[in-house]
This record gives sequence, C-alpha cells and structure tokens, in this order.
Amino acid sequence: MSIVEFRNVVKRFGENTVLDNISLNIDPHEVVVVVGPSGSGKSTFLRCINVLETIQEGDIIVNGLSVRGTPAQVRELRREAGMVFQQFNLFPQLTALENVMFGPVHTRGVNRRQAREEAKELLAKVGLEARMDHYPGQLSGGQQQRVAIARALAIKPRLMLFDEPTSALDPELRFEVLKVMQDVAEEGMTMVVVTHEMEFARRVGSRLLFMDGGKIAEDGLPAELLSNPPSQRLRDFLQHVT
Amino acid sequence: MTFEWSAIWDALPSLLEGAKMTIQITLLGLIGGSVIGFLSGVVTTYVKVPISTRSVITAVAVLVALYLVSRLGAWVADTFMAGVSPMVWNGLKLLILMAVVWRFAAYLPRALSFLAQVYILIIRGTPIVVQVMFIYFALPLLAGWRIDAVMAAIFTLMINSGAYIAEIVRGALQSVPKGLREAGEAMGLPFWKILAYIIGPVALRRMIPAMGNQCIISLKDSSLFIVIGVAELTRQGQEIIAANFRSVEIWGAVAVIYLILTGFIALTLKFIEHRTQIV
Repeated sequence: MSIVEFRNVVKRFGENTVLDNISLNIDPHEVVVVVGPSGSGKSTFLRCINVLETIQEGDIIVNGLSVRGTPAQVRELRREAGMVFQQFNLFPQLTALENVMFGPVHTRGVNRRQAREEAKELLAKVGLEARMDHYPGQLSGGQQQRVAIARALAIKPRLMLFDEPTSALDPELRFEVLKVMQDVAEEGMTMVVVTHEMEFARRVGSRLLFMDGGKIAEDGLPAELLSNPPSQRLRDFLQHVT
Repeated sequence: MTFEWSAIWDALPSLLEGAKMTIQITLLGLIGGSVIGFLSGVVTTYVKVPISTRSVITAVAVLVALYLVSRLGAWVADTFMAGVSPMVWNGLKLLILMAVVWRFAAYLPRALSFLAQVYILIIRGTPIVVQVMFIYFALPLLAGWRIDAVMAAIFTLMINSGAYIAEIVRGALQSVPKGLREAGEAMGLPFWKILAYIIGPVALRRMIPAMGNQCIISLKDSSLFIVIGVAELTRQGQEIIAANFRSVEIWGAVAVIYLILTGFIALTLKFIEHRTQIV
C-alpha cells in the first residue's frame, strides 16, 4: 500500500499553476529525490504533502488521511510526516535538546523524562550529544540542520520530507547533513527529498523525479536517469547543476 | 530666593500619598491595558480585515440590524410579554443572543478584528485628557451612571495603554520569522499551541523595549488626571504649592519622585531583558 498518493493534484498561486495535474504513488521505504529547475514546483510539491500549502483540485492521501480533512485530521496527518526546512527553523529560545523534546511533549503527550531520554538518543544519532545544551544561535548551520532532523524524527513519523536541506549550508557543512540523511534512509525510513545534490540522489535515492513546469517530466531510477538522461530538458538541467 | 529643604520634608507625607495613588492607577491601568492589548494585538495580527469601504458598510449594516432587532425585541416585550416575569424574559433574551452568536460564530473573529482596529484608531487618535474627561463627565450624562474619579482614571489608562500595547504586540508577532510557525504546523500542533509555546516566547522578548516605553509613558500620563481631581502625585504637589507657594522645592521634589519611579521601571525591564536574552 502506498504511503503517499497524489490524485490529479492541481495547485495554483493566483493565475499561476504550480502543480499541473499530478498523480503519483510513493511506497514505504522509498527514497524519492525530487530535482528540477527553480520555479518548477518541486518545493510546492513537497509542502503540499503535509498541508503547508493547500491544493485547489484533486487529493493527496498520506498514510490513509486526506490533506482535505478536518483540522484535527490534518494535524494527525502532519504527525506522520516529519519536515526538514532549508532554513532549519529551530526554535531559538530552546536548547538543542529542548527543540528535539518539543514535538513529543506537545503533540504526542509524552512525559518530559521519557522525551528527554529519547531526545538524547536522537541527538547522539546525529552526532550532537555534546552540544545538547547549546542554543541554535550557538551552533553552526550544519549542526542546526542535524538538530532539525532529530527534531523531525522525534515525533516518530512514518515519512520524512526534506525541503532543500543543504541549500543554505557552506559546502564543507553539507557533507555532515547528507551523512545523517543517508543513515536515516538506511534505517528504512520513507523519504521525499527536494535537493540539488545529484551525488546524494545517485547514491541514496531509490527513485528520481524530475519536475519541470509543474509536471513530473521524468520518473525513474536515479542511476539510469542521471547516466542516460532520456530527454533534452533533463540533459540541459543536469549540465547546469553539475 | 533660598531653597527651603524643610518645605520638602513637610510636604513629603502627602507627596508620598500622591505617589502611592499614581502607582496604583498606573499599575492597574497597565495590567488591564496589557490584557486588552494582547487580545487586540493577537486578533489584529492573525485575522486580517482591511478597513475598506466594504468592511465599513458591512459594519454599519450590522450595527443598524442589531439596533432594529433590539427595538423589535423591546416592542415585543412591551406588547406581549407584559405579564411575564423579568427572570424568564432575561433568560429568553440570553438564549436569543446565544443563538445569534452561535449562528454567526464563523464571522466572530473578523468582527472582533474590525472592532479592535476601530478601537485602536479612536484611542490613538484622541488625547488622553479628552478621553478621561469624556469618561468622567460625559459618560454619566449619556449612560446615567457615574464612576468615581479614581476608577475613571484607571479605566482611561486601561483603554489608552491597551490601544498602544495592541500595536506593540502586533509588531512583535509580525517580526517573528514565518518559518517558526511552519515548523510548529509541520509537527501537527494546533495554532494556539504554536502561539503559546513558539511565537509567543520569541515575540515577548522583542516587545520588552517598547513595553518599557509604554509603562513609562503611562506612568507620566497619569499626571494628566489632575484635570478630574484625582489625588495623584502631580495634584498633591499642586495643592501643597497653593498653600505654601514653594514652587521650586515642591515641583523639584515631584519631578524627582517621578524620576525614581520611571527609573525603577527602566531598570526592571533592563533586568528582564538581560535575563531572557537568547544567545
């Protein structure tokens, strides 16, 4: 059974059609890498999955719940889809540990002691247990993004969404974030990753989507699509990013 | 002239009485103003209703409709309900009111946002002296009940500071990066939790300098309540001078007491700002 199902999804910003009749299934344990030129709708595609954007037509079913459900159903859906943002969006008034504890305590009603233990484990997993009492402002970009990944994992989602997670980082900091993402993928987490990291797509991705003009132009195995681009459009794009 | 220290010593007990009254009015006024200001600020930030021709016409139409309904109700009461006990009639009115609110509940946030904007417009657009005179002298004529001077002073300061605090709160809430709200939403938090635990704590810190300003302004504005004869610090000073003509000593002492009070506010807020600083 698919974990995410797009059914004829149309998303418009005013006159501008950003997602143009998209239908697609994502199965458990898939690592879907979404690439495409700027403005092709890839970020919007991702944000529609956990209802940070509302769609105008069609439906998206995430783990059995519709994005068109009641506010309570939408919150339930969002708890199954952890989100990692380009700008990290850590809560600045909380330490790294408190950031990771926040979700379980406030959305799942986990008691603080248990949340603390789990948060420590997650921070250890992303290699930051030594920094758990630091505030986001005291951490480097790469460290902040690793905390953000731990924070998203803490609510025990069935699915992880990454919106250009390394685009705001210096080149030497990207590696540590990509390494953590690879670890998460290897544990069998279903992932949808919007990125420009072609090397990551090739190595970790199990499926590549190339978006262009609000449509999914290519959908296939990363290695095949990247080595033998079937269309001129993809060839041009790959030349520009690599 | 000679500076008579003894004039200050003699006046000090009644000046301190006045200072006590000033503190009382300011404190209660600011507490009430904060409640009004926070509610108005939150609703005007998150429920956008432009003050346009259309919204104004809608508001006027609603007011006219409410007025007509109340007149109709009064007519019904006089004509058919003469024998019914007031208890039953009041209960019925409450029931009707609740039904109306329930029916139009979806419009309630927009109505509140519009009202809050009109409130801010009126209060910021009129002098505080006019406001207190209106409440103390004009309201009794309009509504038939009068309140004592101290209550009028407190109430005026409440609604006055409330309007300014609403804008302080709105500014602080708008300055919080949008991404924090999205991070909370993406976790599946309801909006009130995002506001209470994520946006609120960040916004509160950003409000501190402007809130310090407002506290000091409100404290000094309480001296204007001299016009309705409230025995606050400035009034006490004036009365003492009327008896002993020691302007230099007494106005000097009054100024120093205000300075001490505002200095205390400034220091307290600096302390809070320092303690809550995010690294």
